[in-house]
Amino acid sequence: MTDMTQDANVIPIRRIRWSRVLDHVILIAGSLFMLIPLLVVLQTTTTTDVETMKYGPELLLGDQFDDNLKKAMFKASGFAGENTGTSMLINSMILGLGFALGKIVIGMMAAYALVYFRLRFATFAFWLIFTTLLLPLEVRILPSYEIAQQLGLLNTYTGLIVPLIASATATFFFRQYFRSVPEELVEAARIDGAGPVKFFIDILVPLSQTMIAAMFIIMFVFGWNQYLWPTMITTDEDMYTLVRGIKQITQDLEGTNIPEYGRANMLALIAILPPVVVVIFFQSWFVKGLTESDK
Amino acid sequence: MAQISLKNLRKTYPNGFEAVVPTNIDISDGEFVVLVGPSGCGKSTLLRMVAGLEDITEGTLSINGRQVNHVDPADRDIAMVFQNYALYPHMTVRKNIGYGLKNRKIASDEIEAKVQVAAKMLNLTEYLDSKPNQLSGGQRQRVAMGRAVVRDPALFLFDEPLSNLDAKLRHQMRIEIKSLQRRLGVTSIYVTHDQVEAMTMADRIVVLNGGRIEQIGTPAEIYDAPASTFVASFMGAPPMNLIEGRLDAGHVKIGDDVTLMDAEGTGPVTIGVRPEDVELTPSGHLTFSVDLVEELGAHRLLHGQMAGQPFTIHVGKDVEVQSGDIRINLKPDALCLFDSDTGIAR
Repeated sequence: MTDMTQDANVIPIRRIRWSRVLDHVILIAGSLFMLIPLLVVLQTTTTTDVETMKYGPELLLGDQFDDNLKKAMFKASGFAGENTGTSMLINSMILGLGFALGKIVIGMMAAYALVYFRLRFATFAFWLIFTTLLLPLEVRILPSYEIAQQLGLLNTYTGLIVPLIASATATFFFRQYFRSVPEELVEAARIDGAGPVKFFIDILVPLSQTMIAAMFIIMFVFGWNQYLWPTMITTDEDMYTLVRGIKQITQDLEGTNIPEYGRANMLALIAILPPVVVVIFFQSWFVKGLTESDK
Repeated sequence: MAQISLKNLRKTYPNGFEAVVPTNIDISDGEFVVLVGPSGCGKSTLLRMVAGLEDITEGTLSINGRQVNHVDPADRDIAMVFQNYALYPHMTVRKNIGYGLKNRKIASDEIEAKVQVAAKMLNLTEYLDSKPNQLSGGQRQRVAMGRAVVRDPALFLFDEPLSNLDAKLRHQMRIEIKSLQRRLGVTSIYVTHDQVEAMTMADRIVVLNGGRIEQIGTPAEIYDAPASTFVASFMGAPPMNLIEGRLDAGHVKIGDDVTLMDAEGTGPVTIGVRPEDVELTPSGHLTFSVDLVEELGAHRLLHGQMAGQPFTIHVGKDVEVQSGDIRINLKPDALCLFDSDTGIAR
């Protein structure tokens, strides 16, 4: 025992490994470089539009942050005057959440059917779903729009979300995950008298927690950043999402007005925040979901 | 409590592979039957057919006289313990044990009471709120047992439940399972590839090979009178010695005309003798040359040659052994004779 404590008191001599230092210098320099656009955005949110117009981005922060924030959140633009930052934030939130949750629910159920039921042509069906990855929204936007229009879904949240939620990516990930769930677990549940619905809800969904979290991050950010589809499907200004609304404001350059840099950049900053928060919050789950195989 | 009867039970897979040839087994109430055999012998398939996890191709399976061929596993009144425990990882021990009851719409206070009883029986009371990944292998296996016990089924099915445990724990769990089964008196079918488990736990052993039953009998019958050379070499560690001899005018002879015993017939014959049924005596008629002594503490195994064929002898630790040749006798009433061609006992 005494020997051991003595050993523990010896302070190991650490050499500075220069290759490591170099690695970190490169990483830090790279991160700073990537941060520059964000810092520019941050700086312009703190000055008046006139100053930004006159001097361009500066190194010092201004004192207009409050003012710009108020303008961004509560001042409406456009004709009807309904698209304040707050309402756009809410719309974006509904789109992001609906998109992510819808994709997870649909993807899980599709994967459940493919993996656990003796479907004829299940593999074929899976590959059919998988090939839709080759047909992203941009390719099929006209027929999608036409269907949504004929169903009367223009300017509704349903129209904003539902046409987008069929997901090959989520189906694929959940399928791979379900296939790694031990067969014995399914059999034990069968003997315990759990039918298909009970097995799904009692066993499979809780087991997939980490996978659901991982999918949620990907899909939330993906949905949040949607630009083309919301632009097509919503014309009403109170349906505008953030990503779309920002563009509307910078477009005000026409005439003799000074563009509202401060307000637009503030909105951009606000638009960045929720995805960042989601990623930070779910980060450890994300890594677990995509890498861990312990069940 | 239940009687199980397997009548001409047969399993063929869609690719034509016959995993189980038509098989008949009758299991009486409270009996502990062990299916044993090498991997791929169809023992697990047979068990899974009884559980209802595998379709029955032909034949009938009845539990208490009720034919259950097409009854859902949940409605067969069985409980199964799996090799990898198959615990629900996200549920506490309490929920794991109670899940089957919950699905049967039993009132929650009744479930709680039953779970408490089962947990007490298996020394799991203090772990009821733990998750499976906080438990050791032996504890997990006990939870799996608890899940079976709590249901109070007519039939327990065990699919190699101990093969993931280390040797010491396996020994301990073997005793626990056996005594639990004794106490509850529930009819049980237990699948294993480990012949020691089969010998120590079974009331009756079914030895399977290539989807076919080689022999059904009590551990003593299987050990002392194997029905074939396969059973003789599979059961027992070390296995039974099998040596080639001949039948000559009513005598069984090996080597240089040494007569072992009397038997009808003529021609070649396979003689089986357990390593412990050998006497070391200076007046022995046979010569055994020792190549290797395996020291096992309580006893020793002598590996060597007799009459030009490999042979093993089991001796107590107090027997002095020198290398080189020693004289031995085989106990005549412990000898088994097998047909040289078919390997079937004569």
